[in-house]
Amino acid sequence: MSGLRLDVDFVDYLILAIYFITVLGVGFAARRAIRSSSDFFLSGRSMPAWVTGLAFVSANLGALEIIGMAANGAQYGLMTLHYYWVGAVPAMVFLGIVMMPFYYGSKVHSVPEFLRRRFNRPTHLFNALSFAVAQVLIAGVNLYALALILQALLGWPLWLSIVIGAAIVLSYITLGGLSSAIYNEVLQFFVILAGLIPITVIGLVKVGGWNGLVEKVRDTQLGDAALHTFSNTATSDNPLGANWIGIIFGLGFVLSFGYWTTNFAEVQRALSAKDMSAARRTPIIGAFPKLLIPVVTVIPGLIALVTVQGLGAEEGDLTYNNAIPLLMRDLLPNGVLGVAVTGLVASFMAGMAANVSGFNTVFTYDIWQQYIRKDRDDKHYLKVGRIATIVGVVIGIGTAFIAAGFDNIMNYIQALFSLFNAPLFATFIVGMFWKRMTPWAGFYSLVLGFLASLTLYLGYLGDVFAFNSDLEESFWGAGTAFVTAVVVAVVVTLFTRSKPEDELRGLVYGLAGPSTGVDVIVSADKVWWRNPVLLGAIAVVLAVLLYIPFW
Amino acid sequence: MNRLFDVRAVIGGIFVVYGVIVTALGIFDSPAEIEKAQGVRINLWMGLAMLALGLLMLLWLRLNPPPPVAEEPAGESSDRDS
Repeated sequence: MSGLRLDVDFVDYLILAIYFITVLGVGFAARRAIRSSSDFFLSGRSMPAWVTGLAFVSANLGALEIIGMAANGAQYGLMTLHYYWVGAVPAMVFLGIVMMPFYYGSKVHSVPEFLRRRFNRPTHLFNALSFAVAQVLIAGVNLYALALILQALLGWPLWLSIVIGAAIVLSYITLGGLSSAIYNEVLQFFVILAGLIPITVIGLVKVGGWNGLVEKVRDTQLGDAALHTFSNTATSDNPLGANWIGIIFGLGFVLSFGYWTTNFAEVQRALSAKDMSAARRTPIIGAFPKLLIPVVTVIPGLIALVTVQGLGAEEGDLTYNNAIPLLMRDLLPNGVLGVAVTGLVASFMAGMAANVSGFNTVFTYDIWQQYIRKDRDDKHYLKVGRIATIVGVVIGIGTAFIAAGFDNIMNYIQALFSLFNAPLFATFIVGMFWKRMTPWAGFYSLVLGFLASLTLYLGYLGDVFAFNSDLEESFWGAGTAFVTAVVVAVVVTLFTRSKPEDELRGLVYGLAGPSTGVDVIVSADKVWWRNPVLLGAIAVVLAVLLYIPFW
Repeated sequence: MNRLFDVRAVIGGIFVVYGVIVTALGIFDSPAEIEKAQGVRINLWMGLAMLALGLLMLLWLRLNPPPPVAEEPAGESSDRDS
């Protein structure tokens, strides 16, 4: 068999078709439950925690993530685990325990709205616009990547996949809003796993189990270093090219906290939860599957490394990015093959739907309602939300063709994240814990933090600044943005006026709003297994324990 | 808000269907297909696993149905305005 083309048959297509029909059916059924804009944008704040928690992790489990992490597994070995255990779990737990009381308790609809109430309208507008633009760009990337993979695996022309993918996501979100996005994300979570588990299982059988895999990995060019996470990190002399300070502070603190705690496409899932306790448990429940997802991404990456001859080519079919598709081709018989293809398609749609549903909410509540048409009835905004969904997807199709012009999509996305999320996290964390921080301090810290990171990024592209790798650049970019934003926040605060305390209740730590006192943050739910602090602590302890065998 | 259907019904439904299809394939897998999967009867096992997941979801829904919503009187149906 040549190329990546899979040997799909009727049953595989049947499985894919059933999935498409189900997803659309969820959209139509969810539509019946929508009466107000709050139903459309926030699912009427009615979701149980396990649903929002799985949607939370699924919104992140886009195919770029799956394919990218398998590629990293093949390229860097087990150091890829850092993206999960240092680089996600602590931030998810922090979001649930510390930040969610502010988000959920203040009854905001979105992350930009929080900024408007904590700071001022310029801060809000800057963040709302940059978020809206970034979401549409990333939606386009997801769409383009979906089309690329369907072209390689099934032989579909690019434009056909882009149109079908866009039409399905468009339909179910326009119909059912966030509810159908979330329900489909939960469904996608299970389909993605059902698609990936057979790859790991058969792959491990092929290489002779875990011990066989370890032995064979030692014989590759990565060697023994691929089997450790921290033991080679005293210097940068390891596959990832980063030392432990970079890993823990760069990846684990600035980049990861920036992504997980301020990215509205994620936070929105928690805001749709039915009560405060469910909202706080949302990211923490998501942390538990996140701990184990490397089993179906990083391990297949290693399996591909030792079983696919010549993997790691610069271009063509044998690039690292094709690790999972190549294993699908080599190992899966028809039937589970159809489930795996469906899982990949599902994960692209999960990523894109998260972007689109974040976009339509911010556009409607934060741009249209604030700056263009105020004080209209709720039906008007519901309608605007639906139109924004359509427009967002259509622009996404346009940006899909722009993304086609970039040769490394993953770097493009990483760059977007380090530009926007790192300064935002700094502004947030200072603003939440320091009541004197002034409205203009919020604005300038956000803008200058962004500019600092942008300068570094453009300088790197233009060879003014030299870094060892893209990863190193994104660490320094995010770190610079973070420090700049904190310093600017402090300096500007000294020269401008703070908001009166009354306006900050519920938004700032220590100003007893209804929901943000110490008692709430450490409070116990009535039963221990619903206590966010305890669950969060368990997740973090597990993340540490999981490192031990792979030290 | 009208009662939104329960997501467990959707997951349970689709996984029961997938489970039946893939298990049936697994029973009749040819030796060539089993060999491709390194001798593992993966269709059979994954089919049964998906079937079990689907049935568990439906069972969970049955044993622990969502509480009835007692909110504003349900009069008007949803409005078409898209």
